[in-house]
Amino acid sequence: MARVEAPLVAPTEAPSRRRLDWVLVSTSSVIALLVIMAVFAPLLAPDDPNYANILATNQGPSAAHLLGTDSFGRDLLSRLIYGARLSLLGPALIIVIATLVGTALAILSAWYGGWFDRVASRVADILFAFPGLIFAMLAVAMFGPGLLAPVVALSISYTPYLMRVVRAEALRQRNLPYVAACYVEGLRVRTICTRHILRNVMPLLLVQAALSFGYALVDLAAISYLGLGVQPPTPEWGVMVSTGQSAILAGHPQESLLAGLMIVVTVVAFNLLGDRLATRQKGVVRA
Amino acid sequence: MSVLEIDHLAVDLPVEGVLRRVLHDVTLPIAPGEAVGLVGESGAGKSMVSRAVIRLLPEGAAVHGDIRYAGDSVLAMGRPALRHFRTHDVAMIFQDPRAHINPVRTVGDFLVEALVERGERRESATTTVTALLASVGVSDPERRFRQFPHELSGGLLQRVMIAAALAVSPTLLLADEPTTALDVTTQSDVMVILDARRRERGLAMLFVTHDLELAAAVCDRIAVLYAGLLIEDVPTGDLRRDLRHPYTAGLLASRPDPVSPRRRLAAIPGRPLSAFEIGPGCPFAPRCPFAVARCLSERPELRDLDTGRVACHRAEELRGQLLSIATPGAASA
Repeated sequence: MARVEAPLVAPTEAPSRRRLDWVLVSTSSVIALLVIMAVFAPLLAPDDPNYANILATNQGPSAAHLLGTDSFGRDLLSRLIYGARLSLLGPALIIVIATLVGTALAILSAWYGGWFDRVASRVADILFAFPGLIFAMLAVAMFGPGLLAPVVALSISYTPYLMRVVRAEALRQRNLPYVAACYVEGLRVRTICTRHILRNVMPLLLVQAALSFGYALVDLAAISYLGLGVQPPTPEWGVMVSTGQSAILAGHPQESLLAGLMIVVTVVAFNLLGDRLATRQKGVVRA
Repeated sequence: MSVLEIDHLAVDLPVEGVLRRVLHDVTLPIAPGEAVGLVGESGAGKSMVSRAVIRLLPEGAAVHGDIRYAGDSVLAMGRPALRHFRTHDVAMIFQDPRAHINPVRTVGDFLVEALVERGERRESATTTVTALLASVGVSDPERRFRQFPHELSGGLLQRVMIAAALAVSPTLLLADEPTTALDVTTQSDVMVILDARRRERGLAMLFVTHDLELAAAVCDRIAVLYAGLLIEDVPTGDLRRDLRHPYTAGLLASRPDPVSPRRRLAAIPGRPLSAFEIGPGCPFAPRCPFAVARCLSERPELRDLDTGRVACHRAEELRGQLLSIATPGAASA
């Protein structure tokens, strides 16, 4: 079985290791900042996010309230900082669950093929037919609003996306000669799948997870905006876009605008990161 | 007692849903410590034999006959027995080391993996393997240990593969064209090392190659495969002195002559047939200058002839004549 290795990529296309990749650096910095913001919210927020002051509603930026206040007189900066917690936790849970389940199913499908693969792939096809939002609304209708129901529903509807991509790559890996060599060494299936195939699909997995994170965040924010997710007065960006909308007509768009901006910044950062990781992988020499 | 007995092995592979014969009848015993070279043209089924021995045939392949390792049928082995066979008794060296070593794991991970998998501690496995790396001529084993396959040259990587094969202390080595992907000088270095380590450990080896010279250099016996049929099996010493099969004679004739390289290379007329294309007679008959009517209608059995075995109806009467074909220089002089 002679397989001739073609010279893979012209050297000019390969990303240089020495030059800093600014997109990668800036997007990961933004994401790191957002995570720090969420984790250390109590230390960073200047005010109690739920402290309402009816005498200071809809204020513009000032020394006391750097980003102004909302229609209840709550400090917007504090609410945005605290809002990062649930706004990031939700999509993170969705992606972690969908990635774990999707990858496990994908590798098992690719490895065993046969009826397991057929059943898993058909179930994935059926799930593709349901828009995630509809699925989440259904879950909320059954289990009541909050963070949990939409997160579980969206985890289920994101799983096939991750599974489909990973399965294709795992299937390709499974038929590469090094896997046959593993067989001959007498390695257990478990070892081959986890230490060899999983490791080779990891880069792809990261890209897909990063890209899906953005979508999951938008979906969850939409659910919150519709009032089906996290309930006010809990600070959460999707909720804030929704509660701020009445003030827009009165000429105070800051709450909706700032919360929307946070969502946009986060989604763009994750998408650019995923995109960047994907292009970098294409430049990497693969055997 | 043979360490490996390949007994009337026939293999069918599914091609677009239909089973197609790739090996007709291969009977080949290998004694402990003996090196057998399995030679043949591309598509003759050489690799299929080695893959069948280690049960690495594609899904849906139908295997007939039997393969016995130390008396136990490899084909009948259950999962635990097969795993034991692969982890303790047999090791395989592949043609293209770059494709057969996981590119994203270090050389060290690759080397100790088989030992760790069968229950050895990582530290002791590392010691074993480091010593082995030095013995196959890899300098600075500690550094190589931490490197990735793409950082090593093809020759170095093939030595790593040899070290990995020796690490499990097998009794049988399957080498599937181990040097074909290497350039000629590296090829000879690697072969010398493989041959030396094999001899000092007394390993039996099935050496699959299309290079008759190379096989003759390192093997005790040469088995010639044509269109999925074993047509000759001869001790290496007799290969050139006493030719018995016209095909082997033709192969020997089509080598370039290192002494007077200006003669035109002889070629066997026609093209090599695939195993599924052959008729009822001798597979080589359509290209054989000595074929008679019987050759086309009746398939010759592989039968004992002096020191070896041969599958040719006219082996006895041709014995004297074939030598002149194989050495055309002598014929024309």
